[in-house]
Amino acid sequence: MLTLDRSIYEAIIAHARRDHPDEACGVVAGPVGSDRPTRFIPMVNAARSPTFYEFDSADLLRLYREMDERGEEPVIIYHSHTATEAYPSRTDISYASEPNAHYVLVSTRDPDTVEFRSFRIVDGEVTEEEVRVVATLDDVERSATT
Amino acid sequence: MAIEVRIPTILRSYTNGEKAVTGSGKTLADLLADLDARHPGLRERIVDEKGLRRFVNVYVNDEDVRFLAGLDTPVKDGDTVTVLPAVAGG
Repeated sequence: MLTLDRSIYEAIIAHARRDHPDEACGVVAGPVGSDRPTRFIPMVNAARSPTFYEFDSADLLRLYREMDERGEEPVIIYHSHTATEAYPSRTDISYASEPNAHYVLVSTRDPDTVEFRSFRIVDGEVTEEEVRVVATLDDVERSATT
Repeated sequence: MAIEVRIPTILRSYTNGEKAVTGSGKTLADLLADLDARHPGLRERIVDEKGLRRFVNVYVNDEDVRFLAGLDTPVKDGDTVTVLPAVAGG
């Protein structure tokens, strides 16, 4: 299951809508091993394409260095599909290289419908998971410990 | 001194979980061959018969080797080489 803040959920959707008709992409980083997506990092789609996305190579190096320095990892890797459903394409599956990440897909094919789904992609195998949107992650944790 | 090579999560199964390993060589191709002797299989995940794999990025210090000399890019002691799979899809 993916649990995330409403503010981050909305920021991902807003980014996807903004970049439509091109695909939008980005990361939500969090402390290593925490499974907490806390830092929203929209990325530039270097391919600027309605059917493909790729992080710019210099941006990618900067992103990973920065996460490394902060003790973070990509908890969510998101991108949008602009004309098809929010399900990983064959290309998405073949390039997926973060077995610990939640791969979030947003479809912007219909301006009035939100399609936001999350998947694990490990060794070419796709598993959909539940998405739980909460007011803030801190509240969830406080109620879990009391 | 040696050349430090930073390994992405997905390839750490070749390095006993290590985030970074060290190696030597005069070019990136030499360095990858040297690493492969101790970490068999690692090189093949980075290069194929045509050269660097399309969706793996290799940087010498801050530069993507695609903008340098690819596998012929010179490396020296004290350099940091970073391997990062592209984040890409359709």
